[in-house]
Amino acid sequence: MSMLSKSPWIIHYDGSSCNGCDIEVLAALMPRYDLERFGILNTGNPKHADILLLTGSINEQNKSVVLNIYNQMPNPKVVIAVGICATSGGVFRECYNVLGGADKVVPVDVYVPSCPIRPEALIDAAVKALGILEKKRVDLKTGDMILNSK
Amino acid sequence: MNIWILIVYLFGAPIVGGLLAGLDRKVTARMQSRMGPPILQPFYDVLKLLKKETLVVRPSQTLYMEFFFILTIFTGALFFSGGDLLLIIFALTLACVFFVLGGFKASSPYSFIGAHREALQMMAYEPALLMVAVGMYMVTKSFQVIDIIKYPTPLIVVLPGIFFAFFFILPIKFRKSPFDLSTSHHAHQELVKGILTEFSGKTLALIEVAHWYENVFVLGLVYLFFASNVWLGLSMALVVFLAQMLIDNASARVRWQAMLGSAWLVALVIGGINIIYLMARG
Repeated sequence: MSMLSKSPWIIHYDGSSCNGCDIEVLAALMPRYDLERFGILNTGNPKHADILLLTGSINEQNKSVVLNIYNQMPNPKVVIAVGICATSGGVFRECYNVLGGADKVVPVDVYVPSCPIRPEALIDAAVKALGILEKKRVDLKTGDMILNSK
Repeated sequence: MNIWILIVYLFGAPIVGGLLAGLDRKVTARMQSRMGPPILQPFYDVLKLLKKETLVVRPSQTLYMEFFFILTIFTGALFFSGGDLLLIIFALTLACVFFVLGGFKASSPYSFIGAHREALQMMAYEPALLMVAVGMYMVTKSFQVIDIIKYPTPLIVVLPGIFFAFFFILPIKFRKSPFDLSTSHHAHQELVKGILTEFSGKTLALIEVAHWYENVFVLGLVYLFFASNVWLGLSMALVVFLAQMLIDNASARVRWQAMLGSAWLVALVIGGINIIYLMARG
């Protein structure tokens, strides 16, 4: 197992979420679930982060913000779309200002579709993301990685 | 003899420093009734950072941090080879000046405020640190660490005030609450990661390892106060380190005015009384 998957640092961005998923993200960081026992830290700084947690749907207002955060993260990096809104837009999909899920702007690696997510689902997603993170590191090393920021 | 101590220091200090950082995170987690990461977690973090891409705003910001790294090691090397205490404090100051310059060079609002605060922190701890050197000189009649360490009784007996002043500024050096203004191991509400905001990848790993060296050096200074007995010194260094964690978890971050004011007040009043006592003793 590589060191990369032993110390994934996350940054959490609330797009246009109703805060349901955000509460659950924070719940996963609290003593009961304690993500830090896997080395997961909430950094709040894109330049230190490995995993980008996106909650809420993407609209015209937050499109540039999400893209900016994504581009500021050093490679290798993964994106987790947390909740149904970030996955596809959810019930807000048809709204005139909503573009859809997070994958309209940045390449999403793991989807966690529920409303809201449970902390256990988030931990599961983080563990899945670690595998992808490791694969991306190997790809980056061998030069197979396509830097796909739209 | 000295060469061996240096080699042990160069390779041992990051290991000890990293383990202490791991212990810190574990104990802190237990204080917050969490499981906490493994003891080796700081090593995982640094090894991960080495594998990450290094993003810079300006290439020269990395150079400043490399100087910070080298000078921090130099400070510790001077100390553990029994050098001059004044020179050691000067080398430490120089290392921190490069750290501040690196923060300014990375010109983002967050690292800028962080660098300002780091400069203020240096101002806050410098008097107490100088008093340690002066007090030890007045007792042992030497600035050389190698002579101070041979003093027959523990220096704390005659330097309690100076030790208190030194203990008071320790959270600044360990980057702990209440004085973790410029940066800390937790994300700040108001300035993200402070002075470290614009550093990533290998540079951040370098800073982290430099911080381990620094911690070992600072605990070495604590050891000097109890140097007459090796076991007393080592156990007191550990006790002081654990006390820092308790203070970290029990206190909130203060504003810089409070930090500067209280650090100088404690150093000049309590440390000053101690020095007057030493003068009167003759």
